[in-house]
Amino acid sequence: MTKLFRDVYDSGVEFVRTFGAFQLFFMQLLRHTPAMLIRRFDLVVKQVFNTGALSLVIIMVSGLFVGGVLGLQGYSNLARFNAEDSIGVFAAFGLIKELGPVITALLFAGRAGTSLASEIGLMKATDQLSAMEMMAVNPVQRVLVPRFLGGVIAMPFLAAVFSMIGLFGTHLVAVELLSVDVGAFWQQMQMTVDLEDVNEGIFKSLVFGVAASLIAVWEGYNAIPTAEGVGRATTRTVVITAIAVLVFDFMITAFML
Amino acid sequence: MRQTRAVEVGTGLFVLLGMGALFFLTTQTTGGDDFSADETYTVEARFENIGSLRNRAPVAMSGVTIGRVTNVTFDPVTLEAVVEFVIDSQFSQIPDDSDASILTSGILGSQYIGLQAGGSDIYLENGSEVMFTQSAIVLENLIGKFLVNAGSKDDD
Repeated sequence: MTKLFRDVYDSGVEFVRTFGAFQLFFMQLLRHTPAMLIRRFDLVVKQVFNTGALSLVIIMVSGLFVGGVLGLQGYSNLARFNAEDSIGVFAAFGLIKELGPVITALLFAGRAGTSLASEIGLMKATDQLSAMEMMAVNPVQRVLVPRFLGGVIAMPFLAAVFSMIGLFGTHLVAVELLSVDVGAFWQQMQMTVDLEDVNEGIFKSLVFGVAASLIAVWEGYNAIPTAEGVGRATTRTVVITAIAVLVFDFMITAFML
Repeated sequence: MRQTRAVEVGTGLFVLLGMGALFFLTTQTTGGDDFSADETYTVEARFENIGSLRNRAPVAMSGVTIGRVTNVTFDPVTLEAVVEFVIDSQFSQIPDDSDASILTSGILGSQYIGLQAGGSDIYLENGSEVMFTQSAIVLENLIGKFLVNAGSKDDD
């Protein structure tokens, strides 16, 4: 019985310790951010390319199909109330405020987060990070910060591309396939959607970008330097990012309403 | 060198596409704010019932948006809703006996104030009040009246 209590207590303390270390790690990244942006911007650009530009294909294809599904589902549900024309509003709110940022963040975790975590984990396992320290190069600054910043910069753009392509997908299904009036589709959307709604989506994608890149970089950096440890770090990246994104999404939405 | 160049071009294209998407979202999907004027004047109107009229609802004349609702309050003395709205100063020749009614765009659309021109030679100006107003049509009341009418017809 005492052993059970001690185990629970220990894991509780361990959780708080990890959480605190995570915050300090975040602070450390932020401290190196300005210098990195000014002096070695080329490294950041390379990471924006790796995490952002290379994720474009999966983001665009997913966006198109998510938008198309919204068109089909929205049409069949709204048609019961004779409100098919509102499908533009329905899809725009869904994509801009929720689906765009959230699905982009989840795809980002799977496409870019895993590659960040395993890359950094492997660097650690093969002692590349230690080698940098031997050469008086700070691995946090040289390796982690550009990857973190690359993700943070790429995410809002990816989410915006997702929402835009998604709207075209809805347009394709609703207007071309189900012959909803094209004028009603766009005009009702423009009448109802406010700039604040778009801003909410951008804000969400920024928060998710910070969360997803931070978790990926953290997991990679703290991976156990073995083949199994790197694999586990990659898995944990996806799992924790998914949970964090969905929890943050709920909290931000609750605050914004 | 070739490699970095390709990366830079790719990143540039990606960021441009992202900005294009953001631009598209902010300009093409929104657009409710079709009223913007540098100089405006404020007019007041009192309604018995404003329905679900909200701040920033459009004020339209002949279907064209010429102003926007800025403030909705309740007068505790006369027990009426007081709606303040601004009108673009270039429309300064609206007769002061025009009447204001609360209309709905579409069946389930949002509500707005529609102005119907009167015949007076005196125009609305800053601080003046619209004399004739017509309240929002509340669907429940309408159905209620309809039912009462239908009932009384049966009695005949």
